[in-house]
Amino acid sequence: MKIREVVDILGAKVVSGQNNLNSEVEYAFASDLMSDVLTIEKDNILLLTGLANLQTIRTAEMSDISNIIFVRQKKATPEMIQLAEENDMILVECDYSMYRASGLLYSAGLMPVY
Amino acid sequence: MHFEFNIEGGNFIKAGAASSQLKKILKQLNVDPKIIKRVVVALYEAEVNIVAHAYSGVAFIDISTDIINIRLVDEGPGIPDIQLAMQKGYSTASTAVREMGFGAGMGLPNIKNNSDELNITSEVSKGTIVEMAFYLN
Repeated sequence: MKIREVVDILGAKVVSGQNNLNSEVEYAFASDLMSDVLTIEKDNILLLTGLANLQTIRTAEMSDISNIIFVRQKKATPEMIQLAEENDMILVECDYSMYRASGLLYSAGLMPVY
Repeated sequence: MHFEFNIEGGNFIKAGAASSQLKKILKQLNVDPKIIKRVVVALYEAEVNIVAHAYSGVAFIDISTDIINIRLVDEGPGIPDIQLAMQKGYSTASTAVREMGFGAGMGLPNIKNNSDELNITSEVSKGTIVEMAFYLN
């Protein structure tokens, strides 16, 4: 699924990586716990999270995750956006709950990692 | 090749800086991306542990053609029971650490899972030494 479609489905706002919205993503993982994110071995993942701080971006960097959706109206800070841009990441802000966002993307065919 | 990175206890803004640098170095050296991910995830978890629990620490990193050795030495409270600390779900992390998305007792098991060799020694009220090795072939 293209990130552009993800953004449309979630009625969300892109705050970093606007030029890469045609990139494809295959799997999604939803978690506020970064330690759990760090255990994921699959590639080409989109992360849905309600945790918006610098360590969210660092965790994605170490896990080779290039796409992060912030749910529950959480916002990326300028420092987070800067770090994301340095790592060619797409950051998206979404007003929906984690459950609603996950449900919509799952129904649209984005696969779970397990 | 030898590298050293200082890690500041309590500074969550900088947590991950060493792992980020090492990732760039390993990419330049054309190391297999799967191995890079294992190395930097393990180092990142170890870095977060020092930031979360210790006062300061240093990561000593040696890269050769067949192995990456990482030795993290910290000054801190130490670990009274390493076996207990290795158990999934056991954590003494503060609320502040949990708010950063860590402190669920996953760090050491995840380091073990990603490294080919792991050795932890610790002295209470002095500090902890975490040694990890990753085979490149």
